[in-house]
Order: sequence, then C-alpha cells, then structure tokens
Amino acid sequence: MSETDNASTQSQATGEVTIELRGVHKWYGQFHVLKDINLQVTRGERIVICGPSGSGKSTMIRCINRLEEHQQGQIIVDGTELTDDVKHIDQVRKEVGMVFQHFNLFPHLTVLENCCLAPIWVRKMPRREAEAAAMRYLEKVKIPEQAKKYPGQLSGGQQQRVAIARSLCMNPNVMLFDEPTSALDPEMIKEVLDTMIELAESGMTMLCVTHEMGFAKTVADRVIFMDGGEIIEENEPNEFFNNPQSDRTQLFLSQILQH
Amino acid sequence: MSVHTPHPDLPPPANIVGVVGWSRANLFSSPLHTLLSLFALYLVYLIVPPIINWVFIDSTWVGDTREACATTTGACWVFVKVRFNQFMYGFFPQAEYWRINLAFLLLIALAIPLFIKSFQHKGKLAAFILIFYPIITFQLFSGGHFGLSHVETSKWGGLSLTLILAGVGIVASLPLGIVLALGRRSNMPIVKSVCVVFIEFWRGVPLITVLFMSSVMLPLFLPEGTNFDKLLRAMIGIALFQSAYMAEVVRGGLAAIPKGQYEAAEALGLSFWKSMGLIILPQALKLVIPGIVNTFIALFKDTTLVLIIGLFDLLAIIQQAFADPDWLGFSIEGYVFAASIFWIFCFSMSRYSMALEKKLHTGHTR
Repeated sequence: MSETDNASTQSQATGEVTIELRGVHKWYGQFHVLKDINLQVTRGERIVICGPSGSGKSTMIRCINRLEEHQQGQIIVDGTELTDDVKHIDQVRKEVGMVFQHFNLFPHLTVLENCCLAPIWVRKMPRREAEAAAMRYLEKVKIPEQAKKYPGQLSGGQQQRVAIARSLCMNPNVMLFDEPTSALDPEMIKEVLDTMIELAESGMTMLCVTHEMGFAKTVADRVIFMDGGEIIEENEPNEFFNNPQSDRTQLFLSQILQH
Repeated sequence: MSVHTPHPDLPPPANIVGVVGWSRANLFSSPLHTLLSLFALYLVYLIVPPIINWVFIDSTWVGDTREACATTTGACWVFVKVRFNQFMYGFFPQAEYWRINLAFLLLIALAIPLFIKSFQHKGKLAAFILIFYPIITFQLFSGGHFGLSHVETSKWGGLSLTLILAGVGIVASLPLGIVLALGRRSNMPIVKSVCVVFIEFWRGVPLITVLFMSSVMLPLFLPEGTNFDKLLRAMIGIALFQSAYMAEVVRGGLAAIPKGQYEAAEALGLSFWKSMGLIILPQALKLVIPGIVNTFIALFKDTTLVLIIGLFDLLAIIQQAFADPDWLGFSIEGYVFAASIFWIFCFSMSRYSMALEKKLHTGHTR
C-alpha cells in the first residue's frame, strides 16, 4: 500500500541542507531533555518524528524556532545560526512556520485578521495585499467562507486549518507541526491530515511530531524515533515500520500498531 | 439499512416559562422562600415610599431663600439650587464659567465619533484627545493666554475639579499600570525589582498619607524657592497611587493569558512590543475590564480625599456650604446631592464597562 502512496507524493527533497542540528543538548534545570541531537534536513524533505511522551520530540522542534533555548551544540536554519542574538532569532522565525497542538489562534481577532497580522506587522506587507494572500491560503485549506468569523466560532478541525493558513501566510520555507491532530475529535483529524498531505505534495519542508502513523507512511521521507531525549532510530518509512532496527523501536511500534 | 431520523425539538411545558413560571421558580418555590419574599416586599414598602415622599413629593423646589422651605417636611432642594453654580464650578470667577463649560462640551463633541461604528479614525482621534485635549483644557481653565484672564488653581473646585482629578488619574494610571505590570513580569532583574518596589511601596501607604506628603512634606525636601502647584502635586500623587493598583489588576490579566498565545506570537516573528500590543494586552485588558473599572470607580471616589489638603472638590465644597449661616441645617440635602452625583458617574462607568465587555466578547458566540 505504501508503494502507491509514496508514488503519489514524490519526494521533492533537493539535497540542499536547510536545517542542521549539531550535537544539541538541552536541560530543564537538572533534567537532561535533549542528548546530543544530530539532524540534517534537506529542502523539501518531510520528516515525521515519533516517540513516547516526554521523549523530547516537541522540545527538539521547538528549539528550531527558538521557542526553547538549547544550551550546547549548534542549530543552523537556512544558514542562520540560532544564538542569543535577537536578529538571528527574528530571521529564523520569519522563515519557519509553526502549528501547535492547541492551535493557539488569537481569539480576539477574526480568522482573516489572524492570518494577516504577521505579514502586515513583520513583513510590512500592505494590508490589501496581505488580505488577498490570506484569502488564497484560506481557500487552500478550504475555509474561505469562515474568514470573517472568530476562532471561537469554528470547530477544532477548522481552527487547526486556520492555524496552518496563518503560518503559510508568512511564506515560510519550513513548517513545524507539534502534534497538530492530538487535540482533535476523531472526525476532524482527517480534514487536518488532508490539508497537511496537500502541503507536503506542494514541496514544503516539513517536520512533524505526530502519532498518526498513516500520515507517516503516506508522506514522510524519513521517520525519526526518539526516546529519553535521544534519536534512537531514523529511516525511510517502509524500512522503519517493517524492519525496525532497535528493540526500543520495535516495542514502541508493537504498542501503537496493535489496535 | 435503517435510516436514523432525529427526534424533533418540542416546546417547553407552559409552567416553566413566562411571568408565572419565573415567580414560581424564583419567589415562591418553597414555604420558606414564600415567607422571605413576602418579608422582602414588606421591607420595600416600609423604606421606599418615605424616601420618595422626602425626595420628590413633600420637597420644595422653588424659591431663593430658606424661607421658601419654612413649612416643608421633605427635602429643601432650594439650598442645592442656590449653591448649584458653586457646587459645579467651585470659586471660579462667574464671568469665566463659559471656559469650563466649553472644555466639557469640547470633550463630549470629541468623544461622540468614538461611539459611531462607521467612523474610521478612532485611534487617531483617541490619541488626539489623550494628548491635546488636556493641554486645551488646562489653557481654558488656567488662562493667562489669548486674552483669557489667569485663574489660579486654588480657585478651581466643585464637580469640575473632581472630574479633572479623576480624569487625570484615570488617563495616567492605566498606561503607567500597564508598564508596571509588564515590568513586574519581566525577566530582567533590575526592571523587575524597580517595578516590584514601586508597586509595593504605593500599595502599602494610605492615599491620605500620600496627599499629606505631597502637600506638606514634599515642599520641605525641595530646595527653597521651588514651588509647584498643590493641585499638580495631588494629581501626581493620585496617579502614582492608583497606577500601583492598576498594575496588579493588569498583571492578573497577563497571567491569565495561556502560554500558547505568547508562543504563537513569537513563532510568527512578532517582537516583544508588537506581541504585547497586538496579541497579549488586548486580550488581557479585556479579561480584567471589571477590575480596571473597579479601580477607576475607587479612584473617582477617592478624589474626595483632597479636601484634607485644602482642595475643594465636589464633596468639600458642599460641606463648606453647610457653614453658611443663611443655610444651616441642610446637610442631609447636601450629602444626598453629592451621593447622587457620585452615584451617577460611578454607575455610568459600571454600565459602560459591561457594554464594553459584551461588545469585545468573541469567545463563544456562534
């Protein structure tokens, strides 16, 4: 089955490295949450990161746009190294979009205003242009008719699609997804995954923390398994699911795939 | 395959809706409730008619001297009528009353467009009001330019002084409070400690002490010859005092905003000030509108304390009128009048805040 699916979502990875993590360590107080993370992401690559909760997978992608600070090692995004320098951080955040588990839409702004805010205030785009672009992206996620509503009036699935559109409005090179379907009702997961698959097909570089193994099989170029703050195993999806190398990966897969 | 048809919605039974349903549920739901309801009605009967009689029916409204009230058993509103100008304008020269009127009419005229939905430049107008209106008003009140005679601040008084004190206090304490609240939540240790010390100092002293310090003690510390206006000192004292309270109210709102909102703003690349101004503060301030208005109302009523440093706000000027030998014994009318004026302003603020909360509520309306 994954043969045909992979055929429909041909990888558009170009080989040019866009994100690089070199020996990244991070601590929360005494707790060593990321241990010597090394990762290279090439442009157009789609990566799914899975692992048990507390394994550091969210923390790792949150380090990539500096929502979390790493204490050791290097993180380089599009040639910009993340340091304490605010200019570097701003530069990276402009190029990296993020979608959260709990959507984090701005409840006091309409859907359209949510989407236009950053292009207008960060990219200095004229309002009219920003609104036109926002409408294009809202059409892409198939909810242009909700543009004038407030997030509180939408269903969870719709809110998450708005959140995706909001990130896309900044025209990012990379999209980070932090468990985008974990807070959704079962009936709404599909609409969000469909949007993400479409995005993957358009050639976006994606790093996706998710437990949706179907999604991983369909679109991922590479699946990364993390536990205890380490990358235990990484492989292309077929090999990963059918022929896991580590016993820890085997245990994890047997537990999530049993049902 | 069976087709599922949803059950239709039925109207509720008649005895749970309407006036009958309401009173049954809320007034007479049990013997004890019935008893309490009847007792409450009896209390209303005891209290309300005498008040209405005293204020409206048996009261005297016409006349210019106390003789007009010689036979009345109700309130003598003639006292308030005769003194009305002083209650409003204090000791401002009568010929210059128009300047005060003009200032307040100007404010009303400027503020009207803010309430018109289709008006486009609300932000600019609000900024104009905040920056230039106080200057215009000060020039009108104080005079000394443009052929207007100079009126010393010691002659300002009555309701106009109360409104000026409250207005300055409100306009200055909100932004200052916001800055202090942001500072107190800051990661920068120096900024944070300055804000904490400021807030805790001003919250720890009574307003009366602040006013006394500003009018009696401060001149002692200042070098000889420097003397700035007593009213100005009172205004600064009130503004600083209330901003400490405001800061804590706003901090409550900031703390109530989920972390995800800060993260989403950061992830989109918004700078600290932009994410505060566009994302966090609009939500936080909306959450604490009741607390902010509570502080405003307290501030409005606290302005009466300036009487201890010899400024004649509405209450003080009414009290000094009691000492007029021609009008001894009308203090109840005076206090009732003062109370109603304060009540009207405070109640309006409270209603306005409720309307604002409703208007800004975007959470769950479908």
